[in-house]
Amino acid sequence: MEALVALSIAVLTASGVWLLLRPRTFQVIIGLSLLSYAVNLFIFSMGRLRSNAAPLLEKGVQADPAALADPLPQALVLTAIVISFATTALFLVVLLAARGLSGTDHVDGGEGRQ
Amino acid sequence: MSFLADHLIITPILLPLLAGAAMLLVNDRHYRLRAALGLVSTLALLVIAIMLVQLADVPAGDASLGRAYLLGNWPIPVAIVLVVDRLSALMLTLSAVLALCMQIYALARWHRAGLHFHSLVQFLLMGLNGAFLTGDLFNLFVFFEVLLAASYSLVLHGAGQQRVEAGLKYIAINLAASLLFLIGVSMIYGVTGTLNMADLAMRLPDIAAADRPLLEVGAAILAVAFLVKAAIWPLGLWLPNTYGAASAPVAAMFVIMSKVGIYAVLRVWMLVFGPHAGASAYFGGDWLLYAGLATVTVAAIAVLATQDSKQLAGHSLLVSSGTLLAAIGTGQAGVVGAALFYLISSSLGIGAFYLLIELTERNKTAGADILAVTWEAFGEADDVLPGEEEVGVAIPATMALLGISFILCALLIAGLPPVSGFIAKFALLTAAFNPEGLGATGEPISTTGWLLLAALLLSGLTALIALARAGMKIFWMPASTRVPRVRLIEMAPIGTLLILCMVLTVQAGPVLRYTQAAAEELFAPESYVESVFGAPRAGELPQEAEL
Repeated sequence: MEALVALSIAVLTASGVWLLLRPRTFQVIIGLSLLSYAVNLFIFSMGRLRSNAAPLLEKGVQADPAALADPLPQALVLTAIVISFATTALFLVVLLAARGLSGTDHVDGGEGRQ
Repeated sequence: MSFLADHLIITPILLPLLAGAAMLLVNDRHYRLRAALGLVSTLALLVIAIMLVQLADVPAGDASLGRAYLLGNWPIPVAIVLVVDRLSALMLTLSAVLALCMQIYALARWHRAGLHFHSLVQFLLMGLNGAFLTGDLFNLFVFFEVLLAASYSLVLHGAGQQRVEAGLKYIAINLAASLLFLIGVSMIYGVTGTLNMADLAMRLPDIAAADRPLLEVGAAILAVAFLVKAAIWPLGLWLPNTYGAASAPVAAMFVIMSKVGIYAVLRVWMLVFGPHAGASAYFGGDWLLYAGLATVTVAAIAVLATQDSKQLAGHSLLVSSGTLLAAIGTGQAGVVGAALFYLISSSLGIGAFYLLIELTERNKTAGADILAVTWEAFGEADDVLPGEEEVGVAIPATMALLGISFILCALLIAGLPPVSGFIAKFALLTAAFNPEGLGATGEPISTTGWLLLAALLLSGLTALIALARAGMKIFWMPASTRVPRVRLIEMAPIGTLLILCMVLTVQAGPVLRYTQAAAEELFAPESYVESVFGAPRAGELPQEAEL
């Protein structure tokens, strides 16, 4: 499972970085989204990969912490997802405004410039 | 009163949140009401910040009293904790001062150039204050995002193609930096199992040697995220363009934004990798020092090369970021104390300079070749600005006042006597040359000291040359003889900032004592840890469930 998760993080990151460096604004935003998926998976894996382990204690039941998944990274991932979703949406608006003002989807506002 | 005293530490976050949200309910047409709400809120923040300075500025023995606030009254280290110490109280005060000045300046015209200006300023303040107060790494990330989200919209304030293009790059860079922040935080959590900074400081000496590389990689990635905010070379090339494209009051406020990066480096590095950290003590200090020196070098050359006043201000900001980082990298409490004084002085000076540039450039005609690019931006901005022929008293002797302000700004940025910039640089060098305290020398001056000396003096020289040249162009060879129409409400904030610098000059003794105490507190994180772990929980506590 470790290899699978590591590989998917690697593929997402590599694609994200490549797209982030492309000159089209749409490629940049997709790149950022892919990167944020990779980071979310990474945070999740930092709580150690476990299968069939719940992150919740049952009330009144004496539980063995070793049998439980770490709940904190899961909470962090939720927060990170919400924040990156919101900022990506904001970025999308700016992207559209730039497209409208410059008439091109090049990040420098034109093919010939710079 | 005791209710307020109990919750004083969280008010700098709640107040701007509530004020900003309340403004959204006010109809657009009542922009005066919104502006008044914003001003009242920022003024209250300033008062609270000064109260927090008094709270924080107590002798080390009483340090644990009421300086930490447990959110939700959870026990440590589960609770997200807010901590106020001298450094965070200082930063709170500085951001409130800058915000107040920029809001007053914006009243003249800028606040009507787009929607929700005052709300965004309040949200920015909320993020800033939260970032300065929080004692939890992930919470720091959340507040960074709050302040960044507000700043994205503020960069775009006033619209225009130049702003949108600059904003696009600014947002892309900061989104990428935020992802690095997350990677760093989660790696640190993966190794240590905690996100509470004080808890982290306690656990660090016990980290197994095999896990240390992972921890240090995480910390380095985290530092990259902070250094992007602080605009350290080569991560800071976005800053001059973005700040130059932003409207004047926003650029002035953003001066504090680059200091947030410096603050975060100082806080996390000192607390986690301070002298107590065992094998990882002062991890990466040399990197900070040399990155800072490289920033100063590159920015000092850029200051000479640029022809545009706004770019000049941006590169001066990079010089000050670099100087601060190099000073932190020396790892000496004395140097860091002086650097904090330099931080106050340079923030106020560059903030005033950003405001001043817009006034001096107002008399440029479209034919002025050098600033044609800038004019283009302003030309577009003017279209959306209502009321070009403003009512209001244009103050007499405008040029004289602008000239005097310009000279003061130049002296502050270049660090010449008699203003506070000089005292700051003097204190920095004194501390770097006498690590054991004045008169206690015997060993030769270290290489670090010489490097710092060269960086400070040369950057001061290039700043002086560039500012003198800019001043000559603006005041002695103006493109038009028309005197710019400047209103009192625009001049007053600049005057306030400069007068504050004068006060800083005269009161340098007490302020330096304060910053020195702040630095010593940073180098002895025990009192921080103590105030977090000694934080009392409020009220009657339910019986703890046995696990």
